[in-house]
Amino acid sequence: ALHCDHATMAQNGTIENGLARNTSPLPQPVKIPEIKHTKIFINNEWHTSIKGKKFPTINPATGVKICDVEEADKADVDEAVRAARAAGQRGSEWRQMDASSRGRLLHRLADLLERERAVLATLESMDTGKPFLHAFFVDLDGSIKTLRYYAGWTDKIHGKTMPVDENFVCFTKHEPVGVCGAIIPWNFPLLMFMWKIAPALACGNTVVIKPAEQTPLTALHTGALIKEAGFPPGVVNIVPGFGPTAGAAIGSHMNIDKVAFTGSTEVGQLIKAAAAKSNLKRVTLELGGKNPCIVFADSDLQSAVEETQKGAFFNQGQACTAASRVYVEEAVYDEFLRLSVERAKNIAIGDPLEPRTSHGPQINQHQFDKILELVASGKKEGATLECGGCAVEDRGLFIHPTIFSDVKDHMRIAKEEIFGPVQCIMKFKTQEEVIDRANGTQYGLTAAVFTRDIHRAMSVSAALEAGTVWVNCYNALHAQAPFGGYKMSGNGRELGEYALAEYTEVKAITLKLSERLTL
Amino acid sequence: NIFINNEWHDSVSGKVFSTYNPATGEKICDVQEADKADVDKAVQAARSAFSLDSVWRKMDASERGKLLFKLADLVERDRAYLATLESLDTGKPFLSSFFVDLQGTIKTFRYFAGWADKIHGSTIPTDGEYFTLTRHEPIGVCGQIVPWNFPLVMTAWKLGPALSCGNTVVLKPAEQTPLTCLYIGALIREAGFPPGVVNILPGYGPTAGAAIASHMGIDKVAFTGSTEVGKLIQEAAGKSNLKRVTLELGGKSPNIIFADADFELAVEQAHQGVFFNNGQCCTAGSRIFVEEPIYDEFVRRSVERARRRTVGNPFDPTAEQGPQVSVEQQRRVLELIQSGITEGAKLECGGKAPLSKGFFVEPTVFSDVQDHMRIAKEEIFGPVQQIMKFKTIEEVIERANNTEYGLAAAVFTTDLNKAMTVSAALQAGTVWINCYNALSCQCPFGGFKMSGNGRELGEIGLKEYTEVKTITMKMSGKKS
Repeated sequence: ALHCDHATMAQNGTIENGLARNTSPLPQPVKIPEIKHTKIFINNEWHTSIKGKKFPTINPATGVKICDVEEADKADVDEAVRAARAAGQRGSEWRQMDASSRGRLLHRLADLLERERAVLATLESMDTGKPFLHAFFVDLDGSIKTLRYYAGWTDKIHGKTMPVDENFVCFTKHEPVGVCGAIIPWNFPLLMFMWKIAPALACGNTVVIKPAEQTPLTALHTGALIKEAGFPPGVVNIVPGFGPTAGAAIGSHMNIDKVAFTGSTEVGQLIKAAAAKSNLKRVTLELGGKNPCIVFADSDLQSAVEETQKGAFFNQGQACTAASRVYVEEAVYDEFLRLSVERAKNIAIGDPLEPRTSHGPQINQHQFDKILELVASGKKEGATLECGGCAVEDRGLFIHPTIFSDVKDHMRIAKEEIFGPVQCIMKFKTQEEVIDRANGTQYGLTAAVFTRDIHRAMSVSAALEAGTVWVNCYNALHAQAPFGGYKMSGNGRELGEYALAEYTEVKAITLKLSERLTL
Repeated sequence: NIFINNEWHDSVSGKVFSTYNPATGEKICDVQEADKADVDKAVQAARSAFSLDSVWRKMDASERGKLLFKLADLVERDRAYLATLESLDTGKPFLSSFFVDLQGTIKTFRYFAGWADKIHGSTIPTDGEYFTLTRHEPIGVCGQIVPWNFPLVMTAWKLGPALSCGNTVVLKPAEQTPLTCLYIGALIREAGFPPGVVNILPGYGPTAGAAIASHMGIDKVAFTGSTEVGKLIQEAAGKSNLKRVTLELGGKSPNIIFADADFELAVEQAHQGVFFNNGQCCTAGSRIFVEEPIYDEFVRRSVERARRRTVGNPFDPTAEQGPQVSVEQQRRVLELIQSGITEGAKLECGGKAPLSKGFFVEPTVFSDVQDHMRIAKEEIFGPVQQIMKFKTIEEVIERANNTEYGLAAAVFTTDLNKAMTVSAALQAGTVWINCYNALSCQCPFGGFKMSGNGRELGEIGLKEYTEVKTITMKMSGKKS
């Protein structure tokens, strides 16, 4: 498949890492006759919802219900918070544990994810509609690596000693914040689960985490692995449910010390307001984006086409990093467009569990409708539809990869986050102009520059108002490097050493020494 | 055999040497003896494994970490075997080997495994139209010379940070104790480290060790051993190619016991602090300063404790103490004990070699030790405890610091002020408060003054294994 090269994914760093070339056949989805974990996970036990509610989770490729899941509401969140609070008390097993032992547990969890990799990838594919091989090679790889990365940090979280005036000894401790609420989205359910719990647990916190109502299954399966790994009860609690009920309960809980949210900017604003109104809990947000790619005439054009397209269509366009605006320098605009359209037409659409598939369905009807509505606005407002622009016939929630050209900055498709497989290609003349246009948004999550020129690469990346700027690549994310948004794309940073600051509370201890002891 | 490029080699010269079980004096086996020619081969292998297009240099940092984790897992798998081998070769009690040496080894590898992909440079706001960043690159080929008192742990302290930072290694275990280090060679290969990344050359100091210190193709040398040899190594490094040097040397560490200390705790910790590992620790708390009011009782209780210390075969689970590592070490300890008697210290107990077979020395306690005596000044490296009296805090700090050494020190007190003030005043790389020998791989360890140069372990340990490169790029006109 041209869209995402599965053969390349399968090699996945083997050559660089000196391993033998991977000659085994591609991994296969697993037959899952029954979904084992569908309940609320509190204190390492499985609970039914207090109000007796359940909700279904649907396979978006088929429209068929996978199973019912216990629905957590405020009362269940309260239970979970109580468990998390107790598990994180001074004197608890979790707090008494050596920092290095926390690291052993995170490693053990990573080992268990490796063991269950095919099962988790299958569940993820069924629940989200993403191609199985993407789930296996991207989502699972990222999840395992994130856990191992933070496992290494646990006993390296340093405070400082500092020389203060007069006869005092002063040092800081970087303590856990406490009970951390986490609300994660449906586009990379397992990966987002790990981005939240790994740094939180590395720093010694306890967690109450709500997976998205569209995609609870891999989170719940991970609950079983968390117990198997040996985390003490109450350290991680999982409350599947809806935003306005369980999510809101977390955002405004008086006994949660910090909330981390990944999702839409709109809901992010609600969460921040609720955090302030309740108990000033600390807040980190990873929100939407309208991420610009800038392609200069001196770039490797073929590579720029591939990377920008990956950026636009990966995960069916359902990524906060989606490269939905591509600015192409006038001189290469026509060629870029031609190559992009040709490429888009060859994307393999099909059953996500099939190995040839690179493009699956959108997550649900609501998203599907929203995307097609924006596509219609593009047509109406005068952009040129180059390919796609409609649903795949007789195929439920599938939408054709879509390219618009002659897009103007004022059009809705150029301003609003689409979260679908729609790429908008615009023309530009000068560097100064395109930088202003790229920055002309309330968002600021990611951006990319395609050029061979060193000066251009350095000065454009310096000028872009985005938390991550890619040069001659796209979606190159690593557990070691921070990720997060400028402006309304978010607050704070995840990943890398930087995430640790969001999950620790700094205490300064100042000791006065008696004046009598002068030596 | 000699371990080069993940393969086992005979020595170029054909020489072998023997390693002995100090509990019985019997030979365990012969080992290939590396000399300069073998060091040259190893350096070539390590240099090749370090070349810019090598597997090791191109590997993800996180993958280096994974290899170190795998190595730790393999050590854990073979824990009982390694502990047995270590006790056989060193004479340390088996339960010590298993619970202290092996634990320290495994934890150190895991700790540094976690650092591999977290070795950060900086971006820096320089003046002018420039953009500056730093890279913390591996230094290159690192020579490492480890001692016989904690062979396996010292190997981990050396390999852990060196490999985490991406270097390649030529490591020489002590001639008295090559066996566990060579076994690690097999595990290194099994773990999947590329050939040439770690090379292990058993041999002697004046030959193989000296070849490493003065090698023109080695970029850095790390040595743990005596101050006397440390000076030779640093000199050789200067004379040859200015290779970077870190040294972990001897000590004559003071242990200060105040009258307000937890008495029972202080007696036991002071005892273990000097007698642990048959007295063969660079950190041995071999000068115990006891505040006058509790001095007599402290001596009495320390002697009682020393008399109760069981000496025997390392594989006897009731033995707290085994033999000294060699007949030379045994002789040296006995000679220093004799000097204590001659110079007028009071021999409270012990003082002799208790068994005819093996290199044992009785747990020995001296009281009324004066600062000028040899036993108060020279590193004994044996089970000999010196107890001195002090009156005031100012006096004891001065006496404690009055040494060319500065590796460790301890303070026993329940008073907050005393604890903070005394620990600040002591010239020692590690100061323990109400404990002794509390070492952990997360914390830096090393010596003030002639106890060493540089620090091992902790985040700071990484500094000694990286070379900082500053990259400054001219920026086009506009500065954003």
